[in-house]
Amino acid sequence: MSTIAEKKEKVSVPFDYNKYLRPNKLPHIWCPGCGHGIVLKALLRAIDRAGLEKDNICMVSGIGCSSRTPGYVDFNTLHTLHGRAMAFATGVKLAKPELKVIVITGDGDALAIGGNHFIHACRRNIDMTVLVMTNSTYGMTGGQYSPTTPLDAIATTSRYGNIEPPFDACEMARASGATFVARGTAYHTIELERTIHDALVHKGTSIVDVIDACPTYFGRANKYKSATHMMELIEKDGTVNVKQAEKLPPEKLEGKVLRGVLHKVERPEYCEQYENLIMQKAAAKK
Amino acid sequence: MTQAVKKLPRIEINEKFCKGCSICVDFCPTDVLELRGPVVAVKNLEACTRCQLCDLRCPDFAIQVFD
Ligand SMILES: Cc1ncc(C[n+]2csc(CCOP(=O)(O)OP(=O)(O)O)c2C)c(N)n1
Ligand code: SF4
Ligand code: SF4
Ligand code: SF4
Repeated sequence: MSTIAEKKEKVSVPFDYNKYLRPNKLPHIWCPGCGHGIVLKALLRAIDRAGLEKDNICMVSGIGCSSRTPGYVDFNTLHTLHGRAMAFATGVKLAKPELKVIVITGDGDALAIGGNHFIHACRRNIDMTVLVMTNSTYGMTGGQYSPTTPLDAIATTSRYGNIEPPFDACEMARASGATFVARGTAYHTIELERTIHDALVHKGTSIVDVIDACPTYFGRANKYKSATHMMELIEKDGTVNVKQAEKLPPEKLEGKVLRGVLHKVERPEYCEQYENLIMQKAAAKK
Repeated sequence: MTQAVKKLPRIEINEKFCKGCSICVDFCPTDVLELRGPVVAVKNLEACTRCQLCDLRCPDFAIQVFD
């Protein structure tokens, strides 16, 4: 059932998604109930809200089911190497700082093989918006455990339960220096649209960790009945908005993951600093 | 006296895109939708409140509700 808070929101639909899509590439390849499609829709509405021009956007991804996203959108797009989306995105942004760079990455792509690039993009505070699609599995390669798979969860590589403690992408982003860090879920799709909008208009590295469901692998292996069941248990019941959390007693927050904007600060942006340095040196030479 | 006719919304379903995941059926607050075979169908249009939750949570660009 929908929450009252969701229903009270001003809804920006029916929305003309085709404006931002490559219709001849649809329907997409994602499985029935896969959360990636819900997140893509929230992103397109957020882009529209932010008034961004299609030709001024460059969407960059790595490899994974989530990383298939750029194939469906009518922006400048790059589908690159596993784990390297943020490295390619850094190159794009430095070469063309006028572009709005959006990175789409899976939790495996961003935090396992790409952990290094993730940390250093955050440290530099280079202006890009990064959506980490956290489905707690490697969907594309058949459901291996990922850095966000919960303890004891079943994966094709943890048949008796996962013994590796999971990462929190938001804590890692914050510790690494990202200046905007937030979390959303596919279930809270209007809140997610707003959160992504705020990330898009922020200058600097903005990380949005989006919890979504992989019913095919994580869902089946862990005995969820359906995509809906996963959305209710993991996304709705498993999370609480950070503003609501302030008013709740600690026992009500036990085991809950926080949603909303978790961290926001201003710090010099990498491309601007680079540009300033060049200008200074050029002026000194004259 | 003729009674004012309640204007019904129009629910557009793209059967080529719908993958029958049932998310829209399960989350519809007034039980408007149902699965018919592999795809979704409208069973009770009268009850639709135009809340748009079906569209918002459909992963497949397969359902939209127009006033
Ligand atoms: C260098 C390299 N190593 C491994 C792979 C195999 N591989 C492809 S996608 C993937 C993981 C995808 O998981 P995630 O990023 O979480 O995305 P999801 O599919 O769950 O959306 C792996 C390990 C690869 N393509 N390249
Ligand atoms: S395998 Fe999982 S992540 Fe990949 S498309 Fe299917 S449901 Fe989505
Ligand atoms: S708009 Fe709301 S009430 Fe109407 S079918 Fe969709 S979910 Fe149900
Ligand atoms: S949510 Fe979309 S894809 Fe799933 S059953 Fe409804 S219309 Fe079909």
